[in-house]
Amino acid sequence: MKILVPVKRVIDYNVKARVKSDQTGVDLANVKMSMNPFCEIAVEEAVRLKEKGVAEEIIVVSIGPVQAQETIRTALAMGGDRGILVQTDADPEPLQVAKLLKAVAEAEGPGLILMGKQAIDGDNNAVGQMLSALLGWPQATFASKIEIDGAVARVTREVDGGLQTLELDLPAVITADLRLNEPRYASLPNIMKAKKKTIDIKSADDFGGLSGGHLKVLKVTEPAKRVAGVKVETAAELVSKLKTEAGVI
Amino acid sequence: MAVLVVADHDNASLKDNTHKTVTAALALSGDVDVLVAGQGVAAVAAEAAKIAGVRKVLTAESDLLGKQVAEAVASCITPLMSGYDAVLIPATSAGKNFAPRIAALLDVAPISEIIEVVGPATFVRPIYAGNALETVESGDAKKVITVRATAFKAAGDGGSAAIEAVDPGPGAPKTRFLSDELVKSDRPELAGAKIVVSGGRAMGSAEEFHRVIEPLADKLGAAVGASRAAVDAGYAPNDYQVGQTGKVVAPQLYIAVGISGAIQHLAGMKDSKVIVAINKDADAPIFQVADYGLVADYKSAVPDLMAALTDAGH
Repeated sequence: MKILVPVKRVIDYNVKARVKSDQTGVDLANVKMSMNPFCEIAVEEAVRLKEKGVAEEIIVVSIGPVQAQETIRTALAMGGDRGILVQTDADPEPLQVAKLLKAVAEAEGPGLILMGKQAIDGDNNAVGQMLSALLGWPQATFASKIEIDGAVARVTREVDGGLQTLELDLPAVITADLRLNEPRYASLPNIMKAKKKTIDIKSADDFGGLSGGHLKVLKVTEPAKRVAGVKVETAAELVSKLKTEAGVI
Repeated sequence: MAVLVVADHDNASLKDNTHKTVTAALALSGDVDVLVAGQGVAAVAAEAAKIAGVRKVLTAESDLLGKQVAEAVASCITPLMSGYDAVLIPATSAGKNFAPRIAALLDVAPISEIIEVVGPATFVRPIYAGNALETVESGDAKKVITVRATAFKAAGDGGSAAIEAVDPGPGAPKTRFLSDELVKSDRPELAGAKIVVSGGRAMGSAEEFHRVIEPLADKLGAAVGASRAAVDAGYAPNDYQVGQTGKVVAPQLYIAVGISGAIQHLAGMKDSKVIVAINKDADAPIFQVADYGLVADYKSAVPDLMAALTDAGH
């Protein structure tokens, strides 16, 4: 079985996003960029499935600028076999991304698409679900455990109040939540080996083109700042202030 | 313009998120219907019919709808959208799971976790873990929107809408429900709680988390939350996680114990009315958003706080 893992290059999760003064977006110039953390978890899970002998090949795909090759290279160093970059300088919407990934999936014929539940830039949490709908495949989002058993996947999902386990017919789309695994650090030999792995550079037109956008971003602003309050000396003073000043207990 | 609100419920009772989502819907249109999709939902539908401003309540029932399986919910709602211009869905884990699927089936762009309705097609939503707010205009004739319920006031009662059953749809032929492991708790639900007590990595172990955080929460009738660091370390279950990648809460009182205040945690609680931080590091970023800060080791501060609450009659 082939596993397709879409990955996204985003602002590093330790970097605080700063809004541009002209309100057109977030300033990404000279900012450290990394693989979206949830994508990293998806790559790790794919590599573990390959190590268990469930998958034969892991194909890593990214849609983005030429620098997204670095993100793909990181995934290849973790254990991916080959990469596809659908190069575009546009910032496509989730629906556009889902349509491109559908075309990639149809070209590659994976038995499983494993991806992060959301990217930490747009915070949409949408592409996996949309891709699954467009392909007519079953979906399991927010996975914390994945078991492949022949033609089915049993997936335990993080839901409000606990866990839910579903069984899906393959092929399927599964999105990774935080606790699915802890991604490995690529070893130096694997980083060197990854440099020799293939990354095919394609354009959106190779996969049906970038469909028209449905959303227009009017402005991006900074949220209202909270101001620091007061320090209290003792727990008793805290309780007294919560009771009389704030009136919340 | 007619708007459909998808109710948040557990087949037994209606959740407050529904009332809040109705408020967002009423900002768009006076014609608001509520869909209760589930199994054995007569009582839930009766509650929904009482929400002020609701025109009609629709019910759809099947086993898979009762388990909120995304393919089943989407196959039920998508055909209903011929009669609506927008569907508003509370951004719960279930809502986030099925909403984009409906959007894809309708070939429209979903709009995730709105916090404000600016106009009929214009909405504000947080991006970058709440470090930026995006005002976005939808060009779609039909809109699929998830709503961050904490950003809206709950609609009151006083309505008496008619209840009508609709087709549950074809279900999910390629998906089977196997099991649920739901944690039974007498504590209020995190997302809608008036008081939240959260613990961080400083707890050091799951045992310590239980020993320290839970009694304090129970004393205040509060829900229990945790930072991502505490969840990552296995001290607390994932559904306790407060933050951009977990739950977004906005209680009357949020008490952060041993939480440093990473960006991604602040994104999940900074809209709380009153924030209390207890941390031994006076430079922890949590103090920059806290209304009341207590610089102290939780090991002594939490017992002191428990005692002070007892003295104050709690």
